[in-house]
Amino acid sequence: MRDDKMTKNHNPVEVEQQEWKKRQLKERMKQMLTIASPIFLLLLWEFLSQTNLLDARFFPPPSEIVSTFYSMAMSGELFNHIGISLYRIIAGFLLGVIPGVVIGLLMGLYSPIRHFISPIVMALMPIPTLALLPIIIILFGIGDFSKVVTIAGSVFFPVVINTTAGVINIDSIYLDVAKNYGASSKDFFVKIAFPGALPVMMEGIQMGQAIALLTIVAAEMMGATSGIGYLIWTSYKAFMLKEMFVGLILISFFGYLFSLLLRALQNKILSWR
Amino acid sequence: MENNTKISIQDMTKVFYKKNSSVTALDHISLNISEGEFVCLVGPSGCGKTTLLRILAGLETTSVGEYKITEGKENRPLQSMVFQERGVIPWLTVEENVAFGLKMRHLPSELIKERTSYYLEKVGLENFSTLYPKELSGGMKQRVSIARAFANDPEILLMDEPFAALDEQNKFILQEELLSIWEETKKTVLFITHSIDEALLLSDRILLMSSQPGRIIKEIKNDLPRPRNIEQIRSDHNTAGHFVDIWKHLQEEVQKSRK
Repeated sequence: MRDDKMTKNHNPVEVEQQEWKKRQLKERMKQMLTIASPIFLLLLWEFLSQTNLLDARFFPPPSEIVSTFYSMAMSGELFNHIGISLYRIIAGFLLGVIPGVVIGLLMGLYSPIRHFISPIVMALMPIPTLALLPIIIILFGIGDFSKVVTIAGSVFFPVVINTTAGVINIDSIYLDVAKNYGASSKDFFVKIAFPGALPVMMEGIQMGQAIALLTIVAAEMMGATSGIGYLIWTSYKAFMLKEMFVGLILISFFGYLFSLLLRALQNKILSWR
Repeated sequence: MENNTKISIQDMTKVFYKKNSSVTALDHISLNISEGEFVCLVGPSGCGKTTLLRILAGLETTSVGEYKITEGKENRPLQSMVFQERGVIPWLTVEENVAFGLKMRHLPSELIKERTSYYLEKVGLENFSTLYPKELSGGMKQRVSIARAFANDPEILLMDEPFAALDEQNKFILQEELLSIWEETKKTVLFITHSIDEALLLSDRILLMSSQPGRIIKEIKNDLPRPRNIEQIRSDHNTAGHFVDIWKHLQEEVQKSRK
């Protein structure tokens, strides 16, 4: 019996196995914390609201928001808002990201282009796209396209700036390698400039994604008759705060979902890092 | 020199100019390197040896003077450089890195595949071909860099302190591996180093450079029979003499540049 215990304690593999199990447990605890924090917040909110420590007129308990969500979903009205907002977000995002990447790459690769365009970018960037909304509406009308343009305008700047920085910061030894091995400009672009700029570029795209969601709500508050932003705004004006919270939570949900999706994409295409 | 001169440099001078001050990196360098010769360029740091190599590599231009690399077979690149290990491109796999030069020349993919796998095997990386460089050790990355240059099959190979960042053991192993690949292909090599042992082990001829402005001030023929290994360098009497010779010389140059 005693012998048995001795060998057990002195087996290095088992000792390490115990340690490993402890570390695994700790990791799982951390994951639990991540899941627990939003649940905790919701429970706290529910409790404060139900006990009227928090004014339930302004902060309806989550359980009631959920049932409002359910009835709005049943009537089909909600999906209409979600669908139109997602369309605007995705279209605006692409319309901002694609020119952002193209112009950013050109600015990074060719310094005359950079010197010519960067003052324009720097001067336009501080103007909130939302402040330009009147002009955008004059130019593109009151329909969907003006919202798409508004989002595209906000997404464009972080993408173009990060893409340019991504190209400029490629370690010069890779440029030497490409030159020494006789890369043509096309090969240089495809094999060196684009993949080399990709990590910083992806950070800009992440930022653009967050900005797209910030912008859609505000853009739909002005001159729109549908969408999540419209839902939030009209619910607020009619003092239907449960409906307003449904809108807010939807925005939060999609923001989280999009950044998870982009993160996953990033991990996939940047697996070499 | 005889007819088989592979690299000839005449009166090459390189000045770096920057707002009212100029630095002469290379001062009237003239030299000839024969076909199949392995030449090491040794000098104190900042003596312009890297500048010389970068000019031959087409990454820098001369101020005055010229050089010529004799063309041989058609469709063969004039030169390829073995960069230091951080020159391995991180977003390409080991295989893609080795194939890089061949792909840039748009050779038929069969040929690329064949040559790439030949040199991957030569440097012992055939089982790592699909990995990204981040998963490799420093020595393995340097093997990729060597394989990439040899696979490109150039007229001459340029090497810029390829083993400087490696630890002692890895350095010896890689030096001997390099020699065995080189002996098979008999390429003309210009190799830069500040390690005297390395120069003695690898080269047929050692050129010593002075500190700024960079001149070639001494030439040492290294007749130690091949194949060589590191033990011979340490035990051979003649080579020991060369070592002391180069050592004294470098000391002097370093002292001079301090004044």
